[in-house]
Amino acid sequence: MTGPILRLFGVIVVLFLLLIVWTTRWTVIDAKSLTDNPLNHRALIDALQIKRGRILARDGTVLAESVPAAGGTFNRRYPTGPKFAQAVGYSDLRTGRIAGLEDQYRDQLRGLQTGFSSVFGQLSGSQRVGDDVHTSLDPKAQQVAINDLAGRQGSVVALDPRTGSILAMYSNPTYNNNNLASGSTFDFALQGQRPPGSTFKVVTTTAAIDSGAYTPNSMINGDSPKTISGVPLNNDLNQSFGVITLTQALTQSVNTVFAQVAVHLGLAKMTDYMQRFGFYAKPPLDYPSSEMDSSKPYGSKGPYPPGSRNVDLGRVAIGQGGLLVTPMQMAMVVASVANGGQLMKPHFATKIVDRDGRTVQTIGPAVYNQVMKPAVAQEINQMMRKVVEEGTGQSAALGAISVAGKTGTASIGATGSNLTEPWFIGFAPADSPKVAVAVTVAQTQGGFGATVAAPIAKDVIQMLLSEGL
Amino acid sequence: MRPRNRELLGLIPASLLLTAGFAGVFIQHSSALSKLSNVSLTYGAIFLGLTVVGHLVIRFTLPHADPYLFPLAAALASCGIVEVYRIDPTAARRQAIWFVIALILFAATIVFLRDYRKLERYRYTIAAASLVLLILPRLPGIGAQVNGAYLGVRIPGLGVFQPAEFAKIGLVIFLASYLRDTRQVMVMGARRFLGVTFPPLKYLGPLLVMWGLAMLIMLLLHDIGSSLMFYGGLLAVLYVGTGRASFAVVGLLAFAIGAWYMGTHIPHIHDRVEAWLHPFDPHLYAKIGGSFQIANSMFSQAAGGLFGEGFGRSILTIPGFSTPHYLLPAPDTDMIYAVLTNEIGLFGACAVLIAYLLFVARGLKAAVMATDSFSTLLATGLSAVLALQVFVIVGGVTRVIPLTGVTLPFISYGGSSIVANLVLVALLLLVSDRSRRPER
Repeated sequence: MTGPILRLFGVIVVLFLLLIVWTTRWTVIDAKSLTDNPLNHRALIDALQIKRGRILARDGTVLAESVPAAGGTFNRRYPTGPKFAQAVGYSDLRTGRIAGLEDQYRDQLRGLQTGFSSVFGQLSGSQRVGDDVHTSLDPKAQQVAINDLAGRQGSVVALDPRTGSILAMYSNPTYNNNNLASGSTFDFALQGQRPPGSTFKVVTTTAAIDSGAYTPNSMINGDSPKTISGVPLNNDLNQSFGVITLTQALTQSVNTVFAQVAVHLGLAKMTDYMQRFGFYAKPPLDYPSSEMDSSKPYGSKGPYPPGSRNVDLGRVAIGQGGLLVTPMQMAMVVASVANGGQLMKPHFATKIVDRDGRTVQTIGPAVYNQVMKPAVAQEINQMMRKVVEEGTGQSAALGAISVAGKTGTASIGATGSNLTEPWFIGFAPADSPKVAVAVTVAQTQGGFGATVAAPIAKDVIQMLLSEGL
Repeated sequence: MRPRNRELLGLIPASLLLTAGFAGVFIQHSSALSKLSNVSLTYGAIFLGLTVVGHLVIRFTLPHADPYLFPLAAALASCGIVEVYRIDPTAARRQAIWFVIALILFAATIVFLRDYRKLERYRYTIAAASLVLLILPRLPGIGAQVNGAYLGVRIPGLGVFQPAEFAKIGLVIFLASYLRDTRQVMVMGARRFLGVTFPPLKYLGPLLVMWGLAMLIMLLLHDIGSSLMFYGGLLAVLYVGTGRASFAVVGLLAFAIGAWYMGTHIPHIHDRVEAWLHPFDPHLYAKIGGSFQIANSMFSQAAGGLFGEGFGRSILTIPGFSTPHYLLPAPDTDMIYAVLTNEIGLFGACAVLIAYLLFVARGLKAAVMATDSFSTLLATGLSAVLALQVFVIVGGVTRVIPLTGVTLPFISYGGSSIVANLVLVALLLLVSDRSRRPER
């Protein structure tokens, strides 16, 4: 009977091989698709049982935290709700919805469970706790922005030009991240597409002077109207200024001068300087790329690629001509000038701290681009001071502290509709800038950058400087 | 080295496995390092002590028996106790008590059945008793239905007793004994019909009875798996006894036809087949008794990967409930292989399967070495039925075949399972000792 027994054993070996092959299928071959199967809730359950780290403001205010829920799980809570919803975002593991800093720093908030620390964590048998994300967001400045924008659609972005740290970012309307049904999660500051109006003249001025084609004292004819791209272009109130310096043109925001300058510089130079400031690209911000938009000129068929010949260069030079920007981009523009021509990468987070108080990661200042020569930045700084001292931006003046800035009042809607998009971009103190802001209020009835946006910028700057940055 | 010393040495790795396993689980669950080392070492020592007692029984009564069977069973049992402890510590304590009871019955079997061949005298009694055991779960009042299958008998105060575990041994004893007398005649009188060899009608009866029995089990217990295990074990004995592969082939075909019919006509079996074919169908997944369990078995294995997540790290429960809601229903019994794969990975799971294969190989070796046909058939049947039990449950958990509720021998939580399987080991040791005994 030995033969049949051996053959029987052969059959059993074959059966066991089947078991091993099938186990291999699930553990190795199909493991990825099984893990990604929407019915598979293992990763979710695992994540729910981790006490994720907090997101903190610069003064330690808790912006996001995990609170115990049933069965050893945790729920996410946002004590400041609508105030910081746009920056912080939200994370609801049960529905899989995640956005903002919650998404950007999801791994850190979950805790970097790697190597020795994770082994040690297991040996000590402790509960898994994620790391805290410290941000540079300033609750007081944020509150000023909230108060000033109340009842109006608009956006405020404030940052420290020396480091790129975001100090305030608020847009109205906002939503409550504790209750996502409370409103649209659209974020004006990072996704809004608005014509920047005359604030863009700072970019044109930079291109003019840094390229060597002009100086602040170059004389240009500021009469109105001038024919640009075959169509007459007017100054405000169709005012003619005669031959004036570039500085005077910026102070009085003379459209025809900047249109001529841009046309003279040409498409290639203007595109180059726009790209140096970050136009055409998503901001280098520590924020999910899909939740940010880039700033660029649009035609009737959508955005133009960099260097497109269809761009109406003369009108783009004064922040019109289909140019649409985000408030974050304009904050980056003004921060470049404030920081001696060096654009720092904007960022929310400053450091990642584990639960024992050890800093596991520092997000320090990082250079994005040397946009212009330091000397040129100094010249534009002086020119922008004049705007606030004696030009269109006087409502942003702060007494003893010198403020540099630029107003903008973009026309929107049909010709003659009187709908405007007021802007103000600026920084202070002008001789050693610590704060740079961009403010816009959407769709006012004939509001001006000087009367609508500049006072808001002034309040935010005042609050930030009073906190002793 | 003398066989018994080899056996004793073999128990050390089994105990170390248990110590290491408990240490791993404690690392996950406890906060005090000191508690970890002491307690896991204590458990390891107790386990070693118990198995050494088992070893001494063998040493004094069956000095020539195969030295690998007992350590292999002990290694698998230690793996089981650790895994059950990790899933449910109170169940593990009960399992440890059952392990002691099983060792007592193991010793009793060896001592009282020194001449196991006297079992042959009681073959019809044993067969009848086995059948009664199989039918018990369907008797009103004591039967317990679990997940639509009737596999247990509720004993007040003691839990659920699974009579099928003992019936499988009884039926193998009966068939081995029956075939010892008739196997020659079955072959001699065989006729060829359409190229297939059929046994003479007179002896076809027992085959038909076996088939009928398998169908009855399916009909009564609503379980393809147990039915396949019994029937496969009996066919293996028949094949080895007669040497005719055609008997086994015809038998399997008859089983397949029957299983197909049952699969389409018994709702519970039909559900299991549907869940097997379409585990991710949302409707089946959400249905009670649908594909939730098998789908999560696969998810659990996928999470294990090559090396596993580590002892004690598998996610077992769905959070948010005050009482445990298992993500993988029946983690300590039917689904224990999936939990094991999750925690010790593909390599660990293969090691477990290879341990079973080695056990079966040693059992079949005892069958080959046996000098009388009853012993050969008995050892063959016991080895085959154990191998098939592993195949049925692991195959179910890994979706090779539809999932059914039998235990993973030595590893799953369950008193009747550990007791019956240690008795099975005792019988194999008895056969092996007799065959290896030097001629006097």
